[in-house]
Parts: sequence; structure tokens; C-alpha cells
Amino acid sequence: MRVYLDNGATSKTDERVVEAMLPYFTEDYGNPASLHTFGQTALEGVKKAREKLAKFINAEADEIIFTSGGTESDNMVIQGIAKEGDHIITTKIEHPAILESCAAMEKRGVEVTYLDVDNEGYVKPEVLKSAIKKNTKLVSIMMANNEIGTIQDMEKLGAICKEKGVLFHTDAVQAVGKVSIDVKAMNIDLLSASGHKIHGPKGIGILYVKNGIKVRPLIFGGGHESGMRSGTSNTTGIIGFAKAIELCNVDVKEMVRLRDKIIDSLLELPDSRLNGPKDRLPNNVNVAFKYIEGEGILLHLDGAGIAVSTGSACSSLSLKPSHVLLAIGLKPENSHGSVRITLSRYNTEAEVDYFLKELRGVITKLRALSPFGGK
Amino acid sequence: MALYSDVVMDHFKNPRNIGKPKKWDAVGQVGNAICGDVMYIYIKVDDNIISDIGFETMGCAAAIATSSMVTEIAMGKTLEVAENITREKVAENLKGLPPVKMHCSNLAADGIREAIKNYKEKVNKE
Repeated sequence: MRVYLDNGATSKTDERVVEAMLPYFTEDYGNPASLHTFGQTALEGVKKAREKLAKFINAEADEIIFTSGGTESDNMVIQGIAKEGDHIITTKIEHPAILESCAAMEKRGVEVTYLDVDNEGYVKPEVLKSAIKKNTKLVSIMMANNEIGTIQDMEKLGAICKEKGVLFHTDAVQAVGKVSIDVKAMNIDLLSASGHKIHGPKGIGILYVKNGIKVRPLIFGGGHESGMRSGTSNTTGIIGFAKAIELCNVDVKEMVRLRDKIIDSLLELPDSRLNGPKDRLPNNVNVAFKYIEGEGILLHLDGAGIAVSTGSACSSLSLKPSHVLLAIGLKPENSHGSVRITLSRYNTEAEVDYFLKELRGVITKLRALSPFGGK
Repeated sequence: MALYSDVVMDHFKNPRNIGKPKKWDAVGQVGNAICGDVMYIYIKVDDNIISDIGFETMGCAAAIATSSMVTEIAMGKTLEVAENITREKVAENLKGLPPVKMHCSNLAADGIREAIKNYKEKVNKE
């Protein structure tokens, strides 16, 4: 049995998405910037896709900038708004696309505050409020956390930014399709999203930029995307992303049921702990098992055909434990045995049962090897 | 998995000499829980020869595989030979380790040395 439970990393492209993309490879392959009919046919597809994506987050079509993905969108915002002497506020649990961009801006004379979160990963509104200063230009807080599934109170955080007159950006890469998004109600000025996490193709993302806001481009050239992001439009990617958005308006009830079945079953095991809140992203589970290390769990499961991910230091290139788990107060020694399971609409109950059975065996096997307790 | 050689994966999935031997004379404890790798190597010594050996390890696949491999290399060797097992030797017998994982195999060789040191201290006290 092959079971894919790493949908937070990337997801299977829906066959209907592939089907929608195909004509744009071989028939309507014109450059949307060209005046001839080949180009204009492609432009029509891009235009409709842009409208669909805008509508999904309650924005206008001309507020959608196509990018290569979430990382580029995040980089655009962090690098394209603040100047030397300005202040950016973000959190300790952001994706590296935000954190590393902020670190680069610090070297360019921009001040950055990394907000603490509570032990479930929530940003406390009063903590945000008191961090905003006169020179604060931008606040960037991810809508839903990729590791522990915490969903922030966007309306409350957005209202604070509005009241204080600072721009509010959110990385919504994990939230799209799982949490309903309304940029107007949430007072979001800028939003990053990506196609491949929701059964769309890789290499396509958007940055929503509210009308009237200027973002300095990262990529210069022919002036595509209202001059904000040059480069020939990724027509197939754009069409695929819009199709994926159309298909992701599905009920997440079944996903939530499977998620809770996994959580309940894993917490029955001794010395296990749920990372993040109970009320979380519908597809996310993150559990830490004491006395063992995540890479071993991952590789044993892989041997059984099951794909998950881990916040363990040993599996990362940096050999550092997950910054998110440390930020919610886990001790490094207890963060190593953490496993993230991320569901998709394709996962079945039979797959979940198989995974749970295999994981129990793996935990027992690794704990038997461990010099610490849990035997 | 392409990250590890077949030999590493074999020792990870089917580790040799697991746990404390029935009788053991000394233990070498290396690593720390904060960085995620901890190894306990237990040895039984008869006439200057490692007559039994076992390990307990918390750590990644490389840590488990190197522990297993080091016990296989050291079993039946004299203390002098076992003391000189290097991390390179362990990695070589495993058909290589990813560069970032070399510190794990370093630990396994250190574990044997610690166990022998611990054994000699005990003997000297008697």
C-alpha cells in the first residue's frame, strides 16, 4: 500500500487540473502579451483565471499578481515595501521564505521584530498591538501554520493593523482551500498563495496586492503583471491554479474526522503530545513522541510505503530542530521525535487505519532501541 | 532512499546487537538528548577481548546504523584494536555516510572508546 500523508509539503495534481492545462501546452500556447490571436486566446484564459482566483479571496482581478509560488510572493512583500530605517513585524513561527527574507532586510538596515507566540502557536493581539511603532511599515503573519496547523484570528489582527495604519500581509499558502478567506473582512493588504498545495501545479503562486499599494519588483523585464513581476506569463500554471481553486471548494468535514481519528489514536500512545491546538487546520496533525527521533520514524514508515514529515533536526539540512516547535515551548530534546501528518481530500479511512497500525509498530521498535524510557 | 547506502539502511532496519548484553562490565555513554543523538555502548570483557557487546541509541537512521556497525566491528576484538576503531572505518564499512551525518558515526566510535575507558577505570579500582 502506498499512502501519501505529506500534503503540507506538496500534493497530487488533480487529473481535472491537468486536463484543463493541456490545451495551453499544445494549442493555445501563444504568449498572453502578444497581440495576435494565438496570444489573445491565451490572454483570455489568464484573464478568466485571474478573475476566479480574485473572487476566491474576495479581491479584484487587477489585485492579483502571478508569481512562481509562495516563496517568491513572500520575498516580494518583505523585500519590496520596507526601506532602511523602517520596521517590519513578523512572528517566530513563519515559513523560512519570510524569516530568511527578513534576515536579509536586517542586513540592509531594516528593523525586524519577531513576535512570540503562545504554546499553541497563537499570536496574541495585544502582543502585536504593543509591538507597532512609528516606523512600522509592515506586519506579516501567516494565516495557518504549516507545521502545527494553528489558524490565527485574522480579523482581529487585521483590525489592529488597520487601526494603526500599517500594511498587513499574510502567508496563506497552507490556509487556501482549508480556511475561508476574505481579504476585505480580514483587512488583508497583501496575501501569498501557492498552487501546488491544493492539487494544482508546482511553480505558480499569487500575491494579492490591494489597489493603491506599491510593491517594488524583484524581477525586472518586460513589465508584466502591472510592472510588478516581469517574465512571460506561466499560462499553463495559471490555468491549473485557477482550476485547482475551483475544485477546492469542498467540504472539509471528512478530512476533519480523519484528522481527529489520527490525533485520538496517537495520543493513546504513552509519552506522546499534540503540537498545536485541537482546533486547527483540517488536514494537519503534529505529534511528538518522546525518547525517539523523527528521521527514524519517517524512514521506517517510508519502508512501509507511507510518506510523512518530521520536525526533527536530523532530517533537516541545518541539523537544527524545528523553529516552530521551539517557539511553542518544546524543549529541543522533546522536539526530535515529532511527526507531521497532512491529509488531502484523496486520503481514505483504510489508508489512515494502515498508517496508524504501522506507526504503532515503528514507535515500539524505535523505543525498544532507545536508552531512555518508553519500553 | 537515496540519502543512505544499502548497508546503512540494512543496519537501520535490522540493527545488530540491540540492548544490554545479559552480562556486561562497562558502558560508554556519548551524545546528548538536546542535539538528538544519544548512544550507550555496553561491553563484556574476557581476557582483554570484547566477548559481548550491545547498544541502545536514540537518534537518526545514521546514528542507529553506526551504533549497530560499531558493535559488529568491535565484537571479538582486543581492547587495543577496538580502541582504535575510527569514524572513517565505521563510515567505510557502511559504504559511506552523507557529509552532514559524519558526526553521528563519530559518536559510535567514541562510544566504544568511552566504554573501554570506563572498563579500565573499573579494573584499576579493583
